[in-house]
Amino acid sequence: MTGRLHPALIAFAVLIYLFLMGPLVIVIGAALSDTGYLTFPPQGLTMHWFERIFEMSAFRRTMVTSFQVAAISTGCALVIGIPAAYALNRYRVQLPGWLSTLFVLPVLIPEIVLGFSLLRSIQVGAGLPVVSTLIIGHTLLVLPYAVRVISASLASFDFSIEEAAISLGSPPVKTFFTIVLPNVKAGVIAAIFLAFITSINDVSVALFLTGPGISTLPIQILAHVEQFFDPVIASVSVLLMVLTVIVMAVVERTLGLTFLTK
Amino acid sequence: MSAPATALVVLCLVLPVSATIAATFLAGGGPFDLHAAFLASGFRRTVVWRTLEISLITTALSLVIGFFTAYAISRSPPQWRSALIILAAFPLLTGVVVRSFAWLIILGRNGILNDFLVWIGIEGAPFPMVFTKGSVIVAMVYLFVPLMILTIVGVLENIPDDMIEAAQSLGATPIQTFRQVIFPLAVPGLIVGSVLVFTGSFNSYATPQLLGGDQQMMMGTFLYQRAMVAFDWDGATTVSSIMVAVTLAVVIGMTRIAKRLNPMTT
Repeated sequence: MTGRLHPALIAFAVLIYLFLMGPLVIVIGAALSDTGYLTFPPQGLTMHWFERIFEMSAFRRTMVTSFQVAAISTGCALVIGIPAAYALNRYRVQLPGWLSTLFVLPVLIPEIVLGFSLLRSIQVGAGLPVVSTLIIGHTLLVLPYAVRVISASLASFDFSIEEAAISLGSPPVKTFFTIVLPNVKAGVIAAIFLAFITSINDVSVALFLTGPGISTLPIQILAHVEQFFDPVIASVSVLLMVLTVIVMAVVERTLGLTFLTK
Repeated sequence: MSAPATALVVLCLVLPVSATIAATFLAGGGPFDLHAAFLASGFRRTVVWRTLEISLITTALSLVIGFFTAYAISRSPPQWRSALIILAAFPLLTGVVVRSFAWLIILGRNGILNDFLVWIGIEGAPFPMVFTKGSVIVAMVYLFVPLMILTIVGVLENIPDDMIEAAQSLGATPIQTFRQVIFPLAVPGLIVGSVLVFTGSFNSYATPQLLGGDQQMMMGTFLYQRAMVAFDWDGATTVSSIMVAVTLAVVIGMTRIAKRLNPMTT
């Protein structure tokens, strides 16, 4: 619905976009400053703070943990999420209505309560190691993304193609991998990247599920900020923003970013 | 086929969260002893009210900002529209910690804003801005405006062009079209966006932790403090049960209202 816009509305939108982009530009500037404290605009330019990240073992270690946890929980969420999304679309009529609600529950329940409850019941109660509990927590956290994104792709898939293949003698499992899955490839790729970044960015669940020697990057950032106020955090933030750009590029190529408005 | 996912959600989410809530009824003498004791404490009541207040203000500001920005986006030329959506989605996909930290650089005691105020010679500068309610609200609005924009853009784009053209061909002025066609059709989307922002603010942790600290404790930071600093698990389960109750009540209640108000379904 394109149309003429009131100049005041355009000015307002421009201001809001400055408000949205400004703080992120400031973080980038602060990361490049050669001062020992956080400032903007940068006094002189340096890449020193990016090198500093990798010299600090706490950041190196938590970065590796965050990537491992994100990769494993994304994998787990896909392995159980793809069949769930398939069932929800294929057998919509036969399945009980509450089932699709069940898969959005991780979004409805406050993340921080989920984190605390996992600590109480799974880690302390059932005695599972910290890392396993963290992976369970993140799998739950990203499962709704996997199910929702892949369901959206499956919604436009014509299941009569699958039926045709089966009636021509193709085994159901083989049909799934050769006919259904390739048709929703874009959705699966988008789901992988969205799930991955959701896990990497998580604070509320990981907050309770870190232990001696095990922490994630965002938790380490929070701990660091409370003690030091140097540009290292700004440069870590810039690295995370680069990751965001990569994820957005992939989502745009596969689903189109307008998906995020649905 | 949905069995593994169902099992995971039931075993690792429904049961543990139910156990946390059940614990608040089972500990203490009577079923509501813990909740009564919780609300009897003046400090804890303050935390609840502060969280409600900050969440409501954040929701109201995000709603106004988000609606007008989304309206501008939806009426802009198509080639601009996708760029504007990408720019709004970028902060949304950037982590909460990064976005809250950015405000710490701006609002800190030696932050950019204070430096600037000192430089232009404002009396009394630098001002204490961090660890105030205002700084938490600013950072929260920053956090949730992109979510509100994208939700409302989605709703506005779904309004059929025919409907707007019909209103105009029947002689409605642009303002009448907006007030009598576009706005009523957008209301359900505004409610969905508000629910997302309110529950997101109510349950937030990183932003109140970084910008509010101990002075502006909210439910999330209070839950962490009870569980991991004070090791008061009765307190932590009680906070959890209040957070779940408020979240579910708002989500279920507002979804009902949104359905009733949707002019497309009645």
